[in-house]
Amino acid sequence: MRARRWSAPLRALSLVAALGIWQLLTSYDVNLWLRFEQFPTVTDVARAFGDRLGSDTYWQDLTDSLTRIVTGFALAAVLGITVGTAVARSRIASDLLGPVLEVIRPVPAIALVPVAILLFPSNEQGIVFITCTAAFFPVMVSTRHAVRALTPVWEEAVLTMGGGRWRILGSVVLPGALPGILGGLSVGIGVSWICVISAEMISGEYGVGYRTWQDYTVVDYPGVFVGMATIGLLGWITSTAVELLGRRLTRWLPRTENRPPSPVRHRGPESPAAEPAPLAKERVHP
Amino acid sequence: MTTTTSRGVRLTLRGAVLGRAGAPVLEGIGLDAVPGEILAVVGPSGCGKSTLLRTLAGLLPALGGEVAQDGEAITAPRAERALVFQDDALLPWRTVRANVELPLAIRGVPRAERRTRAESWLARVGLDGHGAKLPHRISGGQRQRVQLARALAAEPRAVLMDEPFGALDAQTRAGMQQLLVDVLHGTGATVVFVTHDVDEALFLGDRIALLPTGRVLDVPRPRERAAHADPATVALRREVLESLTPAH
Repeated sequence: MRARRWSAPLRALSLVAALGIWQLLTSYDVNLWLRFEQFPTVTDVARAFGDRLGSDTYWQDLTDSLTRIVTGFALAAVLGITVGTAVARSRIASDLLGPVLEVIRPVPAIALVPVAILLFPSNEQGIVFITCTAAFFPVMVSTRHAVRALTPVWEEAVLTMGGGRWRILGSVVLPGALPGILGGLSVGIGVSWICVISAEMISGEYGVGYRTWQDYTVVDYPGVFVGMATIGLLGWITSTAVELLGRRLTRWLPRTENRPPSPVRHRGPESPAAEPAPLAKERVHP
Repeated sequence: MTTTTSRGVRLTLRGAVLGRAGAPVLEGIGLDAVPGEILAVVGPSGCGKSTLLRTLAGLLPALGGEVAQDGEAITAPRAERALVFQDDALLPWRTVRANVELPLAIRGVPRAERRTRAESWLARVGLDGHGAKLPHRISGGQRQRVQLARALAAEPRAVLMDEPFGALDAQTRAGMQQLLVDVLHGTGATVVFVTHDVDEALFLGDRIALLPTGRVLDVPRPRERAAHADPATVALRREVLESLTPAH
């Protein structure tokens, strides 16, 4: 409880301290091995940020990047969950898709830029393709593991109720694997940002990554930092959105008090206070 | 309180070979479970009790011999043969009520009727007002009551129970055994009850089948705990216990 009360001030303090150190190092032009003389100060960056917020291009860059990441990530989520489930549940799917996927998986998505340029008629589609590929693998792999780790009794129970293949998929496999799938989605959204920004730097027109690189080439360092701060904020917002969605969908997971909720599955009842009064002579199963 | 009208079925094994392909655990087994009776199946751990039940449920194919329901070979799971597991068979993301409703939903029972029937079964197993809770919010004994309600709500013709009270403490277990007898009363369903607990078998079973031999003993009635003191029951108990001690 004590730790929780101090949580918010501590978080704020850590951000303020980081900014304070940055400001000190840059405003005094510290030059000990690491060189801060060319580095823009926090106030320079804040001023540039203020200016950018008033310009149309900033908002266009922002919406372009967001559209790309949302499209790529949504495609990756659908494909990753579908393929991961198929590979885990079907011998044929696993034999057919397994080898191909394992060969493509180690290739960094950003190394697929040439492939994207060859394949797609527009840069836009290429960037979405790269973002999608990046997020696909974490989602697919965690779905595969989560589906394989399901408690077999759940499936047997539904089978003996007369449930068919689709009923088992919808009532057992997907809900049961969800906590694991959400872990993959969390990783996936992070990787998506890395790839969308890199892809924009290489081949984009508009977009936060493209703008950041443009600013660097015209030696507008505060602009570069505005870009970085924007990426950081957007990344934080999107991963929080995924996290919140996940918590909403897995409210059934037993959670322990005093610990941030995690997508890892726990067994057993929670705090005794929340336990219902046991019926006649029954004790709570440990 | 509605009395279910489901009629029991005859479950038969003749010279059956059971187990996983290449690794049979029971060979040449013969058994008969008839409508309205509780057949308690007793045997030492690892003798194939669960395998027997899974085969009867249709989850495992028989490797040989005959495994049949009313003379018709059992090849796949069917809703009319409900299976009750030891623990953790409730879907943890569904509320207690939604778990009981699931077999009804699979059978296409309309939502409103599903709900009424689930509530009525929860009341019969003493879980009135617990319907909206998640399984991990109730005790182990309560979870087994939910499993029982889930199995019976679908009005099965056979109920196959795999050590359903095995994970419960002695007091809870005794209460559950009485509850089981009470709720099964009048359903006419055929019950095969697997246990390693001799007293549980004596209390619940109309007949006791001993594995791995398949020998069947009749249990004298009325079904009362006090009757355990009479000489016939004591002798029966000794006989069952002896069969549980490995020969080697």
